[in-house]
Amino acid sequence: MNGRTFGLDSQKRKTRLGHTAIHVIAIFVCLLALLPLLLILSASFTDEKTLAQYGYQLIPIKFSTYAYQFLMNDPEQLIRAYGVSLTVTLVGTALSLLIMSMLAYAMSRRDFALRHVLAFFVFFTLLFNGGLVPYYILMTQTLHLKNNLLALILPYLVMPFFVLLLRTYFASLPRELIDAAKMDGASEWRIFFQIVVPLSTPALATVGLFSMLLYWNDFYQALLFIDNQKLYPLQYFLYNLAQNVEILMENQTGQGVPIPYQSVRMAMAVLAIGPIAFAFLFVQRYFVRGITLGGLKGE
Amino acid sequence: MSEKVTTSPRPVLSAEANGTPAATARTASLFQSARRELGRNGALILMCLPGVIVLFIVAYLPMPGLILAFKNYKFATGIWGSEWVGLKNFQFLFSTGDAFHIIFNTLFLNLLFMTAALVGSLTMAVLLQEIYHRYIAKVYQSILFFPHFISWVIVGYFAFAFLNSDTGWVNNALASVGLPGINWYGEAGYWPAILTIISLWKGLGYFTIIYLAGILAINPEYYEAARIDGANKWQEIWNVTLPMIRPLIIVNVFLAVGRILYANFDFIFNVTRDASLILPTTNVIDTYVYRSLIAVGNYNLASAAGFFQATVGLALIILANWIVRRFEPEQALF
Repeated sequence: MNGRTFGLDSQKRKTRLGHTAIHVIAIFVCLLALLPLLLILSASFTDEKTLAQYGYQLIPIKFSTYAYQFLMNDPEQLIRAYGVSLTVTLVGTALSLLIMSMLAYAMSRRDFALRHVLAFFVFFTLLFNGGLVPYYILMTQTLHLKNNLLALILPYLVMPFFVLLLRTYFASLPRELIDAAKMDGASEWRIFFQIVVPLSTPALATVGLFSMLLYWNDFYQALLFIDNQKLYPLQYFLYNLAQNVEILMENQTGQGVPIPYQSVRMAMAVLAIGPIAFAFLFVQRYFVRGITLGGLKGE
Repeated sequence: MSEKVTTSPRPVLSAEANGTPAATARTASLFQSARRELGRNGALILMCLPGVIVLFIVAYLPMPGLILAFKNYKFATGIWGSEWVGLKNFQFLFSTGDAFHIIFNTLFLNLLFMTAALVGSLTMAVLLQEIYHRYIAKVYQSILFFPHFISWVIVGYFAFAFLNSDTGWVNNALASVGLPGINWYGEAGYWPAILTIISLWKGLGYFTIIYLAGILAINPEYYEAARIDGANKWQEIWNVTLPMIRPLIIVNVFLAVGRILYANFDFIFNVTRDASLILPTTNVIDTYVYRSLIAVGNYNLASAAGFFQATVGLALIILANWIVRRFEPEQALF
């Protein structure tokens, strides 16, 4: 009897030890996940000379806000790039949500004869594509979208995976609702916008956020189709800044201001991450829901 | 007897061809049902239309352009007017050794990324499952997920902060323990490892969420039964957790296998800064196609490589799906 309780006790202690170990590992991995962010943040607040001499440190050796002052001195380009990204993201996400949800809704209707054809039409684009060269020729020479913000919006308007995710959600809504509305003489448009959409806000919010992230973080389409510096979205602006810090100096030539090359780049990066990090706190649970919905069901 | 079998269908066939009443009735009823469908579901068809048009333009219109792989493309003559050159583009692609090289890098790097993501995220999911306080587990999960939100351009900045040879954090750390610095962007040998670490860092949270959700959905009775049988933690993981989420693992692995010829362009391009000295280990099909097209302007090489990627890629997806269908029929994609 005595021995048995003792045994239980030691087992308990063992599991508690195991749990401490789990927390230690988890915290360590979490710190690793955040480490690059801290490094960039610290570098952006480090005095340029110190940065050149001692390199990147996790805690600034000599604190300075000069890089940010430098950027704020002439924020026009920064604001413009933010503006382009914001426009593309908002217009793109709104259009994309509307187009994808209408398509997905029609596909979810069991009484719609074309739904299987449509499902294949959407799904096949996940399996096969024409590759970069024909796509590039189409966008630049047939559609003439070079240096046009449409080139940043169009490619992500209909994402097959999101359409399939929305279709699954719409299909799970009770059919009786739609049938009853039909009995009452409601048109398909009315059923969609006044019954289906309000009932689907969680799915629409999740897909909308995925879509926003896609537009906001995209740099590839800009790399292919945007040459005009005035139309650079934020990510592409940052990409160019990494190659050549002088693009910031458009209006500052000959003023004799020392350019803090290193820290100013990092300050730009911090300013670009800022909104994302802030938004992350509020929206990440919607993403988690979307991932588990898509991942567990396999489509 | 045999004559009867062969002749019996004939009247029906000829009747259709000659437009007998039966056949006209059938076409008419088909027409009618199509019209009825349009009348009844016209609104639904209108709803599909914008999406169908966009997808048609963005995804389907470029597909016929794949024939460029067998042509010598000239701006003046366009896709259809350019002359046919047979397999010349492929001969050139494979004779330079580029083809072998980029295909190998793409496969090798993707295999590394897949393995790292699988092992890393399964480990984290199993660890997080053990945490009693769901709230704390969620906080860990959220922090691990954060890198998923960072754009690849910024990840390129991160990598540079760590690895640049003058001021990079890694070389600083090496110097502080008396080791010589390394010219990271000039040493190709380190890059498969570097890219794997970065890929793991970015994707760990995403896959941990998938697997943890799968694990939490396991019926606790299985664990209770295992405990009654005297199983320890390891045995529980090996004999309950992993077998129960096997379908999930299989799907995610084969999804990745199906896309093994597609490296993430944004990732490789931004993180390696397209540095030429490390191309031997970092040049993949996607970066090669981009460089051939945009920097070099060689449409023919780019088309050939793109054609290879699209067709072999499709074959791989079908193969992967076939394998999933054999082992986990419910999880097959099609």
